[in-house]
Amino acid sequence: METLLAIVIGVLYAAGLYLMMRRSIVKLVLGLGLIGHAANLLIFVTGRVQRGSSAVIPPDQTVLVAPFPDPVPQALILTAIVIGFGTQAFALVLLKRAYQAVKTDDMDAMNTTDR
Amino acid sequence: MNLVVFLPLFVPFFTGIIGLLLWGKPQAQRVVSLLGGIGLTLVGANLLLTVIQQGIQVTYIGDWVAPFGITLVADLLSAIMVFVAGMMTLSTVIYAIVTLDAPRERNGFHVLLHFMLFGVIGAFLTGDIFNLFVWYEVMLISSFVLLVMGGERAQLEGGIKYVTLNLIASALFLSAVGILYGVVGTLNMAHLAILVPQVEQQGLITTLAILFLFAFGIKSALFPVFFWLPASYHTPPIAVTVIFSALLTKVGIYSLIRVFTLIFTTDTAFTHTVLLIIAALTMILGVLGAVAQFEMRRLLSFHIISQIGYLLMGLALFTPLSLAATVFFLVHVIFAKSALFLVGGIIHHMTGTYDLKKLGGFYRVSPVLSVLFFIPAMSLAGIPPLSGFWAKYALVRAGLENNQPWIVAAALGVSILTMFSMTKIWAEAFLKEADDGKLRENVPALQSIPAALRLPMLAPIIVLAVLMVVMGVAAEPFFALSLQTAEQLLSRTEYVQAVLGVQL
Amino acid sequence: MKRRPASVIFATGARYILPLMLLFAFFILLRGHNEPGGGFIGGLVVACGFALFALAYSVADARQILRVDPIQLIGWGLLLALLSGLLSLLLGLPFMTGLWPDFAIPAIGKVGTPTIFDVAVFLVVIGVVLNVVFSLAES
Repeated sequence: METLLAIVIGVLYAAGLYLMMRRSIVKLVLGLGLIGHAANLLIFVTGRVQRGSSAVIPPDQTVLVAPFPDPVPQALILTAIVIGFGTQAFALVLLKRAYQAVKTDDMDAMNTTDR
Repeated sequence: MNLVVFLPLFVPFFTGIIGLLLWGKPQAQRVVSLLGGIGLTLVGANLLLTVIQQGIQVTYIGDWVAPFGITLVADLLSAIMVFVAGMMTLSTVIYAIVTLDAPRERNGFHVLLHFMLFGVIGAFLTGDIFNLFVWYEVMLISSFVLLVMGGERAQLEGGIKYVTLNLIASALFLSAVGILYGVVGTLNMAHLAILVPQVEQQGLITTLAILFLFAFGIKSALFPVFFWLPASYHTPPIAVTVIFSALLTKVGIYSLIRVFTLIFTTDTAFTHTVLLIIAALTMILGVLGAVAQFEMRRLLSFHIISQIGYLLMGLALFTPLSLAATVFFLVHVIFAKSALFLVGGIIHHMTGTYDLKKLGGFYRVSPVLSVLFFIPAMSLAGIPPLSGFWAKYALVRAGLENNQPWIVAAALGVSILTMFSMTKIWAEAFLKEADDGKLRENVPALQSIPAALRLPMLAPIIVLAVLMVVMGVAAEPFFALSLQTAEQLLSRTEYVQAVLGVQL
Repeated sequence: MKRRPASVIFATGARYILPLMLLFAFFILLRGHNEPGGGFIGGLVVACGFALFALAYSVADARQILRVDPIQLIGWGLLLALLSGLLSLLLGLPFMTGLWPDFAIPAIGKVGTPTIFDVAVFLVVIGVVLNVVFSLAES
């Protein structure tokens, strides 16, 4: 399972980077999203991948029942997903505004600030 | 509960909330924002004084003790940065109230400014590496909106570059934190300082150190990932540029100092050599970019990059003297850069242009403005007796003591080029008269600005200029504090003791 | 409703789905204590309900039935979150220490400062999402 996830993470990073290197800003935003997911999945794997148990203490217990995965990475991912949600929403608004101002989604046409 | 550490976070957050509730009432928002700026400066000063007198201050959020919960830690470096951030906020608010256009104020400039400061202060105070990521994002989202607010074409184009590079940096930072947790099993920075040397696979730690360097390097505009900065920083109004140049890249440098003094100190022969090479390339390429520019804001933006190189150089040399120089330099460069941008803003306010080729004659018409430009410009170039001289002198001496003459040569060469580009602004905007040898006509004087606006516009620059002179003429106490900060950073025992209550 | 909706079926459906979604969101919010759920996801459901309404009719109509400016919702939500954290300061405990009363309210359970914080998150999420959705739809 870890091996499979490692491959998936690698593919997500690669696909994200590939999309970002395209000229379209729509693909740029999609690529940013994919890279964010890759990072989240990477953290998930560090918390050990296990079947059938969650890190929630059952009502009749006072401590966690082994085996359980590490809850900290899951909490981190939850935070990172919420933050990623916010930045993605902003990136979308920015994309739309930029499209309205420049009238194209071609990144090569957006070089006035570098000249 | 240690309120001293908590208050600098509370003030900008509360100010931002009140600003939100007063949405659509710009006058009330201005008052709140001004009070927030004053409040932040005061609590920042209080924090700095407390840390100087009583040592490192710690508080555990939600009563969860370290290393399990989120810890807020204020050591000398954090406290100095919080205080300076408060001062810069106040300056920006005053300047923005008199110069910012009405639509931008109505769309929540003040609210976003204080939420951004909430993130900046949080990043300075947190003792938890994942929490640092969260503060970064609070800061970034606010800064995204501040940067593109107004929706001009250049702003949107610059904004896309800024947003993209910073989001990549965030993803890398997040990945690095995840792997670090997987390897070490803790996120508390003091706890990391204890556990990282005990990790068996030290190669992985070095790899992680470079991953962190790359993530923070994008945020602080280091070579070779600085190009988002000159593409975006000159697009928003000057009030936004000032607070960005004063604080945002400095948060990146602060984070680098924190992780490379507290956590990644096991393989300094490799990591800090990499830092040193990057420092040299950053300062050289930054200043070369600046020399080629004729637009004042872009020229100054490239100088931000080259000054970041100096800051990194002090960290890379990794001696008490060099780190002290970095701390001193950090405060100096925040003051100098902000003052220069503010002077540029006033020139733009009077003439409507930042283009050096179209400017000229200000030395004859407004001597006051000339002096206010001359002091930070010469301080940035490192001319005695101003603050920049002592910062560079200490860096050069640390470099020589470390037997690294090439970095000293690079630093001095960059100083000369800095001097060159500062004299370029001076010659073009201030001294130059008309081409045919006659006096230039229609050069606006400071008196052309209404008196009610003039004083608030000039006041922040005057204060910053005076501070730069004081830091230069009476450098002793400031440098002593910097040295104390550097020793605290290098020894690490005090930090770990304060957070975890155990010896390192 | 000044403007003719795009699709009569969708528009009629949206009017009935919205209150159901609000009710469901409230359930998710309160469930969030010990089981999956909570303020964030509840807030998203509410925002989806209003976004659906805005799609079926118009943004102006959706703003009208929301009654509050989304930005005000963010402000009140953040203020509530801050207050829920400050409460523990009065007892001399660190910021954001969880406080729980001894008695339980029937059908809801114990209402402590984390509950208040969850409600605050609920409000902030509604405000942020609707602000983004409305400004995207209006421009």
